[in-house]
Amino acid sequence: MTKTLTRMDLSEAVFREVGLSRNESAQLVESVLGHISDALAEGEQVKISSFGTFSIRDKAARVGRNPKTGEEVPILPRRVLTFRPSHLMKERVAAGKKS
Amino acid sequence: MIRSELIHLIAEENPHLYQRDVEKIVNTIFEEIIDALANGDRIELRGFGAFSVKKRDARTGRNPRTGESVAVEEKYVPFFKTGKLLRERLNDSANEKA
Repeated sequence: MTKTLTRMDLSEAVFREVGLSRNESAQLVESVLGHISDALAEGEQVKISSFGTFSIRDKAARVGRNPKTGEEVPILPRRVLTFRPSHLMKERVAAGKKS
Repeated sequence: MIRSELIHLIAEENPHLYQRDVEKIVNTIFEEIIDALANGDRIELRGFGAFSVKKRDARTGRNPRTGESVAVEEKYVPFFKTGKLLRERLNDSANEKA
C-alpha cells in the first residue's frame, strides 16, 4: 500500500540516525530544502551524487489554447524545474517494486 | 551546487555540529527519500515538491540502430513534481532580474 511521507518523516529519520532533538532535526531538514530551493531560484543546477540532479530549463513563449473553449491564450516565457534521478535511485526503485 | 557544497553551507550555519554529523544529516535525508520510493511510497514536501513512483507499461520498443523490435517489460520509475511555491520562486527571480 502506498504511504505518503512528509517533512516529519525526514526529520524523524534525522532524529533517529543522528541523535539531535526533534526540533533541531526538523530545522535542519528545513534548511536543506531551503538551500536547494535558493540555489534553484538563482538559476543554479543542484547535483546530488547518487540521488539525482535538479536543473532549470527556460521555456520560450508560445501560443496555447484553452482546451475547453478552444480560445487562444499566450503562454509567457517561464522557467521550469526538472529532476533527473541517479542510476542508483532508478535501480532501487525498479528493484523495490519487483519484489 | 553539489552535495559537498550543501553540506558546507549547513555546517557553516551550525558551528556547534561536527562536520561528520552534518554529513550524516544530509545523507540521511536523501537516503530516506530513496528508501521511501523503493518501498513504492510518496514523499510530499510542501512548497518544495513531491517525489513519487510512476509505472511505465510494458511496450514493444525498437533498437534505434538496427530497427529490431524488442519487448520492454513494465517498470517503475522515480518522478518529481515541483511544488507551487518553488515554481513561483523560479519565475519571480527571473522577473526581478529583467
